[in-house]
Amino acid sequence: MKAVDFDYVRAGSVDEVCRMLDDAAEDGKVIAGGQTLVPLLAMRLTRPALLVDINAVPGLQGIEGTTDALLLGSCTRQAEAERSELVCLQLPLLRKGLSFVGHVQTRNRGTIGGSIANADPSAEIGLVMLTLGGSVVTRSSDGDTIVPADEFFLGPMITTLMPNEFIRQVQFPVWQVEGWQGTGFQETSPRRSDFALASAAVQLVLDKDGICRRAAIGIGGAAATPVRIDAAAEGLVGTTVSEADITAAADVVREMVDPESDLHASADYRRRLAATLAARAIREARAEARRKGEGPDVEA
Amino acid sequence: MSKHEVTVTVNGRPQQACVEARMTLVDLLRDVLRQTGTHVGCEHGVCGACTVLFNGRPIRSCLMFAVQADAADIVTVEGLADASGNLSVLQDAFWEAHGLQCGYCTPGMLIAAQALLEETVTPTDEEIREAISGNLCRCTGYQQIIEAIRLASRSSTAQVADHDE
Repeated sequence: MKAVDFDYVRAGSVDEVCRMLDDAAEDGKVIAGGQTLVPLLAMRLTRPALLVDINAVPGLQGIEGTTDALLLGSCTRQAEAERSELVCLQLPLLRKGLSFVGHVQTRNRGTIGGSIANADPSAEIGLVMLTLGGSVVTRSSDGDTIVPADEFFLGPMITTLMPNEFIRQVQFPVWQVEGWQGTGFQETSPRRSDFALASAAVQLVLDKDGICRRAAIGIGGAAATPVRIDAAAEGLVGTTVSEADITAAADVVREMVDPESDLHASADYRRRLAATLAARAIREARAEARRKGEGPDVEA
Repeated sequence: MSKHEVTVTVNGRPQQACVEARMTLVDLLRDVLRQTGTHVGCEHGVCGACTVLFNGRPIRSCLMFAVQADAADIVTVEGLADASGNLSVLQDAFWEAHGLQCGYCTPGMLIAAQALLEETVTPTDEEIREAISGNLCRCTGYQQIIEAIRLASRSSTAQVADHDE
């Protein structure tokens, strides 16, 4: 359980990272928090000749707000995002998702960009990014490329990232819709903080009459990548998000997810679980939005 | 192969070593610096036995390379007792509440609990469970560990109260 030998460099700038990845000719890997990469190295599932450490690169850590998005430097620690007031106020869905990511020891080291780059289909940060329609800013010696979340994930541990590219920033949209926003994040795992068998992320906005004006629903762990179920979310818009509306949305989720069976759960179980968690997450989001609007919360 | 000079402060003492890039922090602590209090269990970030404080925050020392810890401040289980070897309030509570049996997970449990108590003086049981959720124990069934952390929290608050009087 020891990694094979490799060379190590601590990069001092974004340009230096690009240059080193170019020089390594597809045999270099970026290391940030290392919470996924180090086990893979220890198990010798990956054997890069060179590790490029980006932990000391200026400009890759920190959280910045614009009018309609939060921009997280790829090397921002998950624990820092979890404690961030900006995230708490503007991206409560990410905050909720982060509490399910690994354990306190791994969140102290693990990064936002690292989780997304490794693209585990059950990972929470990527699910939140995809649900909100965010994007990944990748960097190579050719400059920045903005890749929408919908296009970034290709399969389990597979993304559009090329060997000479790394993630510079992750962008999470902040909704500007009049009304009260609510979020819900639900997950089932054998033990809390274990890999999710399935998870559901929901964000919605209710207007003063309790009508849903905008909604997004994402499901993790129930397909080769996290998936956004737009048909289910669109079905909620214009409704009061009654129990019947929630059941209809959950039915759409059940139809649309495409899970596989493995040692931990069968495909049928995951499919039902995804629908159940989606319904719970919608109820959680609805209750939160109604509380903010102090409207009637008869069903929550 | 690349070799690197690293300087780390371990339990207040600056230490230097020359390490291969692939050497993990826990191997540096145990095999080079001979601080064998930190245990190494799974070597791939599952068991939590190797938990140390890295610049004040608990991390898994098998999940980072020693070279990455250059200039860092590390506290291991050896750093909990005072210079003359008196157990800390937390260690004493583990002894008192039978918070260990075989002792393999104990260094990691102690450091995880230490980090919790430094941040939250009187944690709820829920917070205690969350704080040690990344640490596996195969003997105790966890209940006595939770009791020990609760006891340590009560003892430290009692001490503070005594001190205030």
